[in-house]
Amino acid sequence: MARMKFVCDAERCIECNGCVTACKNEHEVPWGVNRRRVVTLNDGVPGEKSISVACMHCSDAPCMAVCPVNCFYRTDEGVVLHDKDVCIGCGYCSYACPFGAPQFPSLGSFGVRGKMDKCTFCAGGPEANGSQAEFEKYGRNRLAEGKLPVCAEMCSTKALIAGDGDMVADIFRNRVVKRGKGAEVWGWGTAYGSKPAGQPAVVAPEGAKS
Amino acid sequence: MKHALFIFTGVALLCACGEKPQNLGVSTKDDSAYSGTGKSFSESGWKSGDKASWESHLKARGQNTQNEYTKTN
Repeated sequence: MARMKFVCDAERCIECNGCVTACKNEHEVPWGVNRRRVVTLNDGVPGEKSISVACMHCSDAPCMAVCPVNCFYRTDEGVVLHDKDVCIGCGYCSYACPFGAPQFPSLGSFGVRGKMDKCTFCAGGPEANGSQAEFEKYGRNRLAEGKLPVCAEMCSTKALIAGDGDMVADIFRNRVVKRGKGAEVWGWGTAYGSKPAGQPAVVAPEGAKS
Repeated sequence: MKHALFIFTGVALLCACGEKPQNLGVSTKDDSAYSGTGKSFSESGWKSGDKASWESHLKARGQNTQNEYTKTN
């Protein structure tokens, strides 16, 4: 069974923001909501690194754990999606997410927080695949069209890779072997590691037998 | 007549007092991605509803569009 995952190769990302633009255009994401963004570490310093960040569709997603109305669900492909008809816009998921993925459109004069919006791995939502209702709430459902997320497909340097976890890991491993450096995958352990995403490692108490 | 009007008004007012179900939980009726959209935007090369063909199509697409080493080396 396919388990969809993202990897951003910090050795390749040139901070062009093509992924951000492609995502906003494909899904007609409103002002103030960025499902994907590019973060640069040590900006302006030689050796700076840029990473494209969005929902990583964690194996053990903390947003799912904290949601008081249980609006999240996971598809058979491992994509973490949510039902906007159930979401109450409380914002707990945004506090729990280690990647800052959940976004909230500001509505009205007082900036009332609307329903949560986030990357869907271009997999839409609970409405019928490819329907107008699905598009208006969640954007295009490219997976159901036999395509991969547009951010990764549009990436000019192929820094952002998306797809089945085995394939993604295979491509990245091959790159690292060829170039001989840059094996660090930002966010991979946090999102897909054995411990819950965003939580510190459990340290065994002193004297405890392992 | 007055009596009937009173009953009708009462029923009309009480109609708003119905309670909608407020069950906790998410809809799980989401269609599988491999079931397709039935739209012309879909990629050719796989069969809607066939999970194996959808998976192999996506793997091939991922390798072709994201792994330039298969083309250059």
